[in-house]
Amino acid sequence: MPSLIETHQLTKSYNSFRAVDDLNINVESGEIFGLLGPNGAGKTTTISMLCTILKPTSGKATVNGFDIVKEANKVRKSIGIVFQDPSIDDRLTGRENLFMHANLYGVPTSEQKDRINRILKLIELEDRADDLLRTYSGGMRRRLELGRGLIHYPKVLFLDEPTVGLDPQTRDHIWKYIKDLKEAHDITVVLTTHYMDEADRLSDRIAIMDHGKIVVLDKPSKLKETLEGDVVVVRANNNAALSELVSKWLGFNQNKIVDEALEITVHNGKAVMPRIMELATQNNIYVESLLLREPNLEDVFLHYTGRTIRQDTGKELHGAAAARRRAIR
Amino acid sequence: MSEIRGFYTLWLREIKRFQRDRTRLITSFIQPLLWLVIFAAAFATRFSGLPPELNYQQVLLPGIVGQTLLFTAMFMGINVIWDKQFGFMKEILVSPVSRLTIFLGKMVGDSTDAFFQGIIVLVIGLILGIKISPISVLIALPIMLLVTFGLVSIGLVIASFMGNLEGFGAIQTFVNLPLFFLSGALFPLKGGSLPLWLTDVAVLNPLTYGVDAFRNIMLGADWTPLQIQSLGVDIGVVALFDGIMIVVGTWAFRRMK
Repeated sequence: MPSLIETHQLTKSYNSFRAVDDLNINVESGEIFGLLGPNGAGKTTTISMLCTILKPTSGKATVNGFDIVKEANKVRKSIGIVFQDPSIDDRLTGRENLFMHANLYGVPTSEQKDRINRILKLIELEDRADDLLRTYSGGMRRRLELGRGLIHYPKVLFLDEPTVGLDPQTRDHIWKYIKDLKEAHDITVVLTTHYMDEADRLSDRIAIMDHGKIVVLDKPSKLKETLEGDVVVVRANNNAALSELVSKWLGFNQNKIVDEALEITVHNGKAVMPRIMELATQNNIYVESLLLREPNLEDVFLHYTGRTIRQDTGKELHGAAAARRRAIR
Repeated sequence: MSEIRGFYTLWLREIKRFQRDRTRLITSFIQPLLWLVIFAAAFATRFSGLPPELNYQQVLLPGIVGQTLLFTAMFMGINVIWDKQFGFMKEILVSPVSRLTIFLGKMVGDSTDAFFQGIIVLVIGLILGIKISPISVLIALPIMLLVTFGLVSIGLVIASFMGNLEGFGAIQTFVNLPLFFLSGALFPLKGGSLPLWLTDVAVLNPLTYGVDAFRNIMLGADWTPLQIQSLGVDIGVVALFDGIMIVVGTWAFRRMK
C-alpha cells in the first residue's frame, strides 16, 4: 500500500522545548490512523504541521505526495480538517457554512448543490440545514464540521480530538459517522485522541505518543497482545504492601496501583488469582475484591509510559471555546 | 478563478452577518441623529468663520459621514478577534485561498457594511432637511467606499495582532479619537479659528482628505475657500493610503496563525 503521509525526523521546538521530537511515521492509504496520547504529548502540534498551519523547526513531511512547506497550497487542497475547537460560523445556517467551504476550496459551482445535499443526508442534518448554527446542539455542530471537511473530496481527513466535550451517547454517534463517512468517501483518516476507547474503536493502527515521540505503533489488537495475557485487579486494604509481596514471592513485577486498586499483569490470570489471595491472607492483608479482565489500551499506555493516561487528562477547553461549549449544552 | 470565488464567499459572509445583526442596524440610526441634532444645535453658534452661504449643519454632515465610516470601520476589527476566538478564522486560514484574497474579502465585506451605515447618515441628513443636493450625495458614494477601504484595513491590521477583545477595545479608542478629532470632521480646519499646530497635524491624517473630499463634493464652490486640497488631490491621497494599507493588511494576515 502506498503511503499517503510520510514524515522524516519531523520536529517542532519552542525554544528548548521539543513539542514534536524526530517524528517518523507513515500513514497508509485508506486506513484510520490514531495518534493517542495525553494532552501535551504533541498530537495537535503534529497535525498542525501536517495541515500546514505550523512550520516544522526541522525535518520533512509529505501529504499526498506534496511537501508540507514547499507545496503548502497543494497540501491544503488534499486535506480536510476538523479542529479540536469549534470552527463554524454560528450566524450562518448549516447550508451556508457548507457553501462557504465549497467556495473556499474551489469546488465547481455546478457540483456544489449536489455534493452538499449528499453530505447533509449522510450526517442526517437535512431538515436542519437552513437553521442558524446557533440553534444546533454540540453534537450537531460536530457532525456539520465532519461533513464540511469532506465537501472538497479530500484525500486525508484530519480529526483533532473529534469528541472532546461531548456526552457519551453523542460520542457514539460521532464514531458511527466517522466510520460511515470514511466508507462512503474512501478516504484516509488521521485521528488524535486522548480517549482510549475512541482510539480502540476507530483506528486501524495506533501510534502512542508521549513527550513528542512515538512510543509504540501497531494495530490495537497487536498492542494489547504485547501485554502478557490478563490483568488481575485486586482491591485490598493495603495495596502497597501487597504490591511488594507479589513482586517478591510470586515474581509478578508488572504491577501498578491504579485508582486505589492493584493491577497485576500476568500470563494465566485464572491460575494466579488463588495464589494472590493466599499470599494476602498469609500476610494479614484483607482483600475486598478480586477480578480478572482483558488488557485494554489503557494498560498498553501504562506499560509503555509508566503512567496512566487519565493522570493527564484534566482537559478543559479554555476561553471562548469553553463558553461556547457550555452554551451548547 | 477560485480566488475570485473565495473573495466572493468571504464578502458575502460579512454582508449576511451584518444583515442579521439587528442591534447594530438600530444603533447606526441613533448615533448620527444625536450628532446632527443635539451636537449641531449646541455648537452651531460657537463656530465663526463660516462663509455666509454655509450653515454649521451642512459642514457637519460630511464630517459625521466620515466619523461613522471611521468608527464602524474600526469596529469591524472585532469580527477578526471573534473569528479567532471562536476558531472560524482557522477554517479560513487553512483553506487553499491566498492571504491577499482572504484580506480583501474581509476588508471589502466589512467596508460594504460600513458604507451602508454611511448611507444611513446621509439619508438622515436629507430627512432632517440639511441643505445638500441629492445628486452630490450620489457622486459622494464611490468616494465613501474608497475612504472606507483604508479605515477598515486599519482595524483589521490591529485586530490581526490582538488576541482578545479587551485589548482591542483599548487600542481602538486610542486610534479612533485622534483620527476623528484631527480630521476636521467637527470643524473646518481652515478659516483662522484654529491654532496652527492643529492644522499641521491634521494634514498627516488620511481621514482629513476623506472628509475634505466629501465637503468638496457636497458643498461645491461654497467650500472652496476652506478646502484643504482640491477634490482630485483628496482622492489621490485616499487611494494611496488604501494601497499602502492593503499591502500592510496582506502582510499582517500572512503572519496570522
